[in-house]
Amino acid sequence: MAELVKVGMADYKVGRAPSILISYGLGSCIGVSLYDPTTKVGGLLHIMLPDSRQSKTTENPAKFADTGMPLMLKDVLGLGASKTRLVAKMAGGAQMFAFAKATDIMKVGQRNAEAIKTILKDMGIPLLAEDTGENYGRTVQINLENGVYTVKTMVKGEKDI
Amino acid sequence: MAVSDDILELTPTQLDALREIGNVGAGNSATALSQIINHRIDMNVPEVSIVPLTEVPDLVGGPDVMVAGVFLRVYGAAPSNILFLLPQESAFYLVDMILGKQRGETKTLDFMDESALMEIGNILAGAYLNALFNLTKLSLLPSIPALAMDMAGAILSVVLIQLGQMGDHALVIETEFQADEDGIKGHFFLVPDPGSLDTILSAVGVG
Repeated sequence: MAELVKVGMADYKVGRAPSILISYGLGSCIGVSLYDPTTKVGGLLHIMLPDSRQSKTTENPAKFADTGMPLMLKDVLGLGASKTRLVAKMAGGAQMFAFAKATDIMKVGQRNAEAIKTILKDMGIPLLAEDTGENYGRTVQINLENGVYTVKTMVKGEKDI
Repeated sequence: MAVSDDILELTPTQLDALREIGNVGAGNSATALSQIINHRIDMNVPEVSIVPLTEVPDLVGGPDVMVAGVFLRVYGAAPSNILFLLPQESAFYLVDMILGKQRGETKTLDFMDESALMEIGNILAGAYLNALFNLTKLSLLPSIPALAMDMAGAILSVVLIQLGQMGDHALVIETEFQADEDGIKGHFFLVPDPGSLDTILSAVGVG
């Protein structure tokens, strides 16, 4: 039986096959995974905000895309992943409530997705698949046995990306 | 919920004042709700607690529990967010009750059902803000309500992310409603914006 490792909000976990890393109930947050198919090592990061420099406190680096991604990268490399083989997937970044006048904070999901893309580009890690935006919540998991990233929703069923 | 880790420095007097605000606001809301559905509503003493952001979804049963959430933006002297969360089953029963259907008839929400739930959110928020006004003389106006039926974590993330910009803890002014024999319960959250908590505390003389 594969071990199910829970990743909380503003947290990340790394591991190796046969573990499955899972994060429940993402709204505007994003679950981004890194995976090395050869060593079957990977990680899942659940970020809330795009940029730590726009925040008053930065005590928890896993809360932000810009500080969380380097941490997860360092830890998967530490478990024996190779940076040249790493691939990324992500899901989340919804806007849960539609308002005519959406404020910046309402559009944070979209900004989160953009931030992750920029960071991955800078790191030279390809983004293989994404399922972001829309207006519904997602539970996401990555199976470190095969790199399959599964998105479960209440309204749109379940799919692998 | 309030918004910075300054909340870790709130005095017992200030916490008492916030509890009293929650008490009066929620009491008024419960009365309004009880009049609409013509059933007795029980309300617990509001809890004012300081919780790590990441643990807030556990207050309503965990991040992947299905809930209905009515969200309202509050404008005026102390801008805030209001979130009224009900477990899915409670939301369905409430719709049955308001629209005069057989209990258990509602299994998904159509347009009419959604309107009914949003109107409930509207009335609860209005009653809460009226009470807050009587106490603080701060004029606060709610936006039109928005509704989502989804995972609790996803719905709460809307307010948690805003708090997350300022710190890692939430000040939760939370009340649980219960129409006991009907198995309906809900959680009402008031979430002041950055700065609004100070405004509210000053208005009741404990700033």
